[in-house]
Amino acid sequence: MSDTPAAGDALRTTPLDSLHRELGAKMVPFAGYSMPVQYPMGILNEHLHTRAHAGLFDVSHMGQCRLTGSSVEAVARALETLVPSNILELKPGRQRYTLFTDDAGGILDDLMVSNAGDCLMLVVNAACKEADFAHLKRHLEPQGVTVEVLEDRALLALQGPGAARVMEHLAPASAAMTFMSAGKLEVAGVPCFVTRSGYTGEDGFEISVPADQAEHLARHILEQPDVAPVGLGARDSLRLEAGLCLYGSDIDTTTTPVEGALVWAMQKRRREEGGFPGADVIRRQLADGVGRTRVGILPEGKAPARAHTEIQDDSGRRIGEITSGGFGPTVGGPVAMGYVETAFAEPGTAVTLLVRGKPLPARVVALPFVEQRYYRG
Amino acid sequence: MTMWFSKDHEWIRIEDDNTATVGISHYAQEQLGDVVFVELPEVGRTLVKGEEAAVVESVKAASEVYSPLGGEVVAFNKALPDSPGTINLDPFGDGWFYRIKLDGEPDTEGLMDQAAYDDYVASL
Repeated sequence: MSDTPAAGDALRTTPLDSLHRELGAKMVPFAGYSMPVQYPMGILNEHLHTRAHAGLFDVSHMGQCRLTGSSVEAVARALETLVPSNILELKPGRQRYTLFTDDAGGILDDLMVSNAGDCLMLVVNAACKEADFAHLKRHLEPQGVTVEVLEDRALLALQGPGAARVMEHLAPASAAMTFMSAGKLEVAGVPCFVTRSGYTGEDGFEISVPADQAEHLARHILEQPDVAPVGLGARDSLRLEAGLCLYGSDIDTTTTPVEGALVWAMQKRRREEGGFPGADVIRRQLADGVGRTRVGILPEGKAPARAHTEIQDDSGRRIGEITSGGFGPTVGGPVAMGYVETAFAEPGTAVTLLVRGKPLPARVVALPFVEQRYYRG
Repeated sequence: MTMWFSKDHEWIRIEDDNTATVGISHYAQEQLGDVVFVELPEVGRTLVKGEEAAVVESVKAASEVYSPLGGEVVAFNKALPDSPGTINLDPFGDGWFYRIKLDGEPDTEGLMDQAAYDDYVASL
């Protein structure tokens, strides 16, 4: 089996495929799936709608799996051999962002881990999922952990300041959830696994739902006032404004969590004790510093600077590269992130972007571009 | 007044005074989606037929605009950089890009008239 189908191979579809087409979505190939990049509302308005009201995203292409073993603690201990975060102290009903690292300290994928009380639930990136599941099985099964890939579940994300009211109506118990909490919940009568998190910088939920109930649930959510379907196009501009990494663009096996400014995902005990792939490299970087760092970049003009745009200092010397960039609808202008030599990583530092051969002024800024509005209770 | 189209979905309207106005077609703006940035050629710049003359960017991607005919730029749409969304709303009217003074008889080879362009778009 391959996760990168050759040209001509049929694209996979999500359980919401016919609903997307009915809603007039423009479908594009993404990570081997046919996915909605936008609906008739358009990327710009879908983005703004999500920030003002609520957007419903189909993210069923992402990989979901359940890890079980003799105890959740034993499973957490095993998972810690693959990730640099504190999983042992992740309480039941809580979720955490983490990374699979390789022996060189590079990032194999980023993922979300939830403690569901009797097991750990993982959500990984679509393009990496086959490799991630193989990685998990290879390393965790010998440690007595069962890796159950959840092929029969869809994943919906409901995001935006209006999400809480919609969820409260469909699942009253969701009102008690705070940012990064997780649990089994009935949503419109359907048994789901819900987390209060997302990829937009807004309050919101991700809902893991049995595939055969996904369309029913999605239609029910879309019937609620102020909910619009939102495609992958706006998902990308929303996450960029929120300063969140896109795996494969902003982080990959050539970047470490330290270079990627993701040290916050490595809690103190893990930084001190190590015990994950690449720990020696990462701990050395934490002690000695790194040559380059991921930063926010704000172009001063109106021209968007896309991925792979060269970043220069004032003498025209190359000091880095944009890894994600485009127009931020809420910012109302271009936004970007990328890597610069660490000497230039201080917010406020003036840099030059080489866009279509033209030097354009920009400056390094702290992320995010748009204030995160998570619900912390 | 004759309107021609390129395979890259630019339109050019030849006026009676031997100037010509350039923009992108309805199909092009639809494919691009919400336009958020446009870069137009300066007045006085001489464009050769097929030369990259402008840049248009949507939320999704950047795209070059090639001049369907050659000539000297005599005007550009000053309102456009501040309201690039006009290209989506009115691609054949207020969403025009620039105007050139033609450098001779228009060389329409490779360009399509409205009927041919409509067939071309229908075939895509």
